[in-house]
Amino acid sequence: MNNLPVQHAGAITEYMEAIQEILTEEKPTETGIEVSGSVALLEALIVEGVDTIFGYPGGAIMPIYDALFDYNDKLNHILVRHEQGGIHAGQGYARSSGKCGVVFATSGPGATNLVTGLADAQIDSTPLVCITGQVFAHLLGTDAFQETDVINITTPVTKWNYQVTDATEIPEVIAKAFYIARSGRPGPVLIDITKNAQIQLFNYKGYTPCNHIRSYRPKPIVRPQYIQQAAELINEAKKPFILFGQGVILGSAEQEFKAFVEKSGIPAAWTVLGAGAIPTDHPLNVGMLGMHGNYGPNVLTNECDVLIAIGMRFDDRVTGRLDKYAKQAKVIHLDIDPAEIDKNVKSTVPVWGDCKETLPLLTALVDEKQHTEWLAKFNDYTRQEVEQVIEKELNPTTAEMTMGEVIKQLNELTKGEAIIVTDVGQHQMVACRYAQFNNTRSNVTSGGLGTMGFALPAAIGAKFGAQDRTVVAIIGDGGFQMTCQELGTIMQSGIDVKIIILNNRFLGMVRQWQELFNSRRYSFVDIQSPDFVALAAAYRIPGKCIEDRKDLPSALNEMLSNKGSFLLEVMVTKENNVFPMVPQGCSVSEIRLK
Amino acid sequence: MTQDTEKQEFNITVYTENQIGLLNRIAIIFTRRKINIDSLNTSPSEIERIHRFNIVITESEDVVRKLTRQIEKQVEVLKCYYHTNADVIWQEMALYKVSTDVIAEKVSVERLLRENGARVVVLRKDYTVFETTGHREETDNLISILQPYGLIEFVRSARVAIIKDSDGFNRKLREFERLEPGEDVIENEYLNQGQKVFTM
Repeated sequence: MNNLPVQHAGAITEYMEAIQEILTEEKPTETGIEVSGSVALLEALIVEGVDTIFGYPGGAIMPIYDALFDYNDKLNHILVRHEQGGIHAGQGYARSSGKCGVVFATSGPGATNLVTGLADAQIDSTPLVCITGQVFAHLLGTDAFQETDVINITTPVTKWNYQVTDATEIPEVIAKAFYIARSGRPGPVLIDITKNAQIQLFNYKGYTPCNHIRSYRPKPIVRPQYIQQAAELINEAKKPFILFGQGVILGSAEQEFKAFVEKSGIPAAWTVLGAGAIPTDHPLNVGMLGMHGNYGPNVLTNECDVLIAIGMRFDDRVTGRLDKYAKQAKVIHLDIDPAEIDKNVKSTVPVWGDCKETLPLLTALVDEKQHTEWLAKFNDYTRQEVEQVIEKELNPTTAEMTMGEVIKQLNELTKGEAIIVTDVGQHQMVACRYAQFNNTRSNVTSGGLGTMGFALPAAIGAKFGAQDRTVVAIIGDGGFQMTCQELGTIMQSGIDVKIIILNNRFLGMVRQWQELFNSRRYSFVDIQSPDFVALAAAYRIPGKCIEDRKDLPSALNEMLSNKGSFLLEVMVTKENNVFPMVPQGCSVSEIRLK
Repeated sequence: MTQDTEKQEFNITVYTENQIGLLNRIAIIFTRRKINIDSLNTSPSEIERIHRFNIVITESEDVVRKLTRQIEKQVEVLKCYYHTNADVIWQEMALYKVSTDVIAEKVSVERLLRENGARVVVLRKDYTVFETTGHREETDNLISILQPYGLIEFVRSARVAIIKDSDGFNRKLREFERLEPGEDVIENEYLNQGQKVFTM
C-alpha cells in the first residue's frame, strides 16, 4: 500500500476524461496505458457485455462512482433505494435476460444489505457479480468507519468472493468473477475492492475474459455409459415420470428438453423454478410438484417406476418426507453439479453434465413412445383437483374475490406472454399454480430462500432485462411493505412495471399454517397496510384499489394498457387457504385437497 | 448400507490453491452442519503453490461423501478425497517439556526414550524437551508416563496422513492445467469407490 501511486479521488476526474477517448477508441497498446482501478473495472464490465448496473453509492465506493460519471453513455446505472433492492433487481435482471446481473454497493452497511440477496441468488443459482467498496487497505481490521468483514460475512452465501487491495489485480479478478458466476451451476460472486485500489493508477494492458481456472471444473464430463444405462431404464419403464427444474432454463436447454419429452412421451412436472421451461399448456406438462403443487404429480411420484430428474435438486418442499419419497422408483438424475447427485435422493443412474449436452444424447437413445394409460392417470387426478380445489379458486361463487381468479383473468389478458414476478407466500403459490407461461424465463420468484420483499425490486430488474416484455409483479400485502421503497426506483428510472397487490390483510401463509396446525391461534399475522394507492401516488405512480369482482377485468385492462407503471390493489378473501397441500413431515402421496 | 451410516474416523485430504479465505470456506462446510473438526492440518504440498489439507472428523460415510463433494465444489479446491483409518498411514507429533533436574534424578531416561520411541530435542539445565511421533494413544502414553514427574508443557500437532492407495498428485495436476482435462481428473472417482455408481 505504501508504495502505490495513490491519488485523491477528485483529482482523477480530469485525468479520466483525458484517457476516456484513448480507452474506448484505441485498444490499449502492448506497453499499456495508465488507468485507475476504477476505470479498469468499468472497462471490464463493458467487455463482459454489461449494460445495466443496479447500485447505491457511498464513501468507500466513491472512486468507482466518480469513474462511472464518464461512462454514463455505455453503462446504465440504476439508482435503487436500498442495497437489498439493488441485488434483487440484479437477480430479476439475470433471471429474465439470462445474463449476469451486476450490483454496486459501498462498504459496511451497503455490503451487509446485500447478504439476503446473495443467499437468495446462491440457493437459486442466479449469476451475479457484486462489487462492494471497502475501506483503504491500511485500515483493514482497525474497525474503520463503515468497515465490515464483507468477505467472511458473505463466504457461505457466494459461489466465490475475493478482496482486491491492489489495482493491478482488477482485470484478472473481474474476468474470473464473470467466468465463475456464469459457468457451470451459476451463482453469485462478490468482489470487495479497497478504496486505495479503486484510486490507484497502474499500467493497464487491456482485458481478457477468463475461460479456464485450473482448480475449477464448471461441468463434469459426460459419460456415455450412464446415458446408455439411463436410456435402457427409460425404454423398459411402464410408468416413467419426468421432474424438471431450473437447470433446463439455466442451461438454455428448453428445446433439447422439449424434444426429449415429446419423443419419449413421458409426463413431466415442474418445480417452482422450472416453470415455463416448456409451456404450461403442453400436453405432456402435468403440472407443479411439491407442497402446493398439483395432485397427480405428487401422488404419482410414489407410483412411477422410473423417475427422471432433470436440473433439479430435490428440495424438501418438493420431496416431503424423504424416507417415503419414490422408494419404488429407479431414479435417473441429470445435474451439472456433482454435489447434487445423491444429496437428498439416491440415484440409480447419475447423469453428470450440462443437460444441454446430455439431453440430446439421451433423446437419441430413447424409444419413441406414448404412455397413454399412464398419462390418463394424471388426468384423472387433475379432474379430482379441478372439482375439489381449482374450480372454487378460479370461478368462485363467494362474495369476495380469490387470488386465483385474479391470476386467471390476468392470463386471459396477457395470453401467457408476460413475465410474472412473485413475492413469497400464498399469492406466490397461487400465481405459480395458475399463471400461464408460454415462454421460458417468465417466472421470476424467490424459490429456495423464500425472500419476502423480493418481487418489487426483482420486477424492476426483470423489466430492464427484457424490455420488450410485459412484467407483472404479483405481491402480497406483507411482502410489499418489506421493499416498497423501490417505488422510488420505478419513479426515477421511469421503468414500466405492473404491480398487483393481492391484499388479504393477513400474512396469509403463516396464518394458513396457524389455522391448520396451531388451532387457529393467529399469532402476529394480522397485518395492517397503508393506503397502497396513495403510497404509489406519492411516487407519481397511478393506481387503483378494487374490491368487487365486476371491476376486475377493467382494472386489469387499465393496468396493462397504462403507459408506464401501475399499481393495482385487489382486496381478496381474508381467510383462504392454498390447496392442495403436503403437510410438513408427510409423504407426497399424503397430499391433502382440503 | 448399515456401514454407510455408522460413525467412524475419516481422513479427508484436500488439494487446493494457496488462497486467503479458503480455509474458512472449507471450515464452514463442517460448521454449517454442526460437525466438529477433530484435527486439521494444512501445509504446502510437494507441488509448488498447491496446499494440502488433512482433516479428521468422526462421521458416517454417507455424510462424509456429501461433505467431500461440497468441498470439491469450491472454486479453489482441485481435489478432495476421503479415507478410513485403515486406508491411510498417519502420524501425529508431540512435544513434552519437563524439568531436567527431575528427569535426571528420577527417571531412567534411556528406558523412557527407547520404550516410547521418543527423542530429546532440547536439553538445557532447567528443562528438557522430548519429541515423539505416533498415533494418539502413543503420544498419550508418554503424557501419562511424564505426568508424575511434573510435565510442564505439552503440545500435539494435527494428524498428517499418507494415502496407501495413491499415485500422488503430480500427474493429476498436469491434467488440471489443461483446458480439457482427462476423465479421471474431472470424474469424482472417490464418489462411488467400491460400489461402481450402481447402488440399487
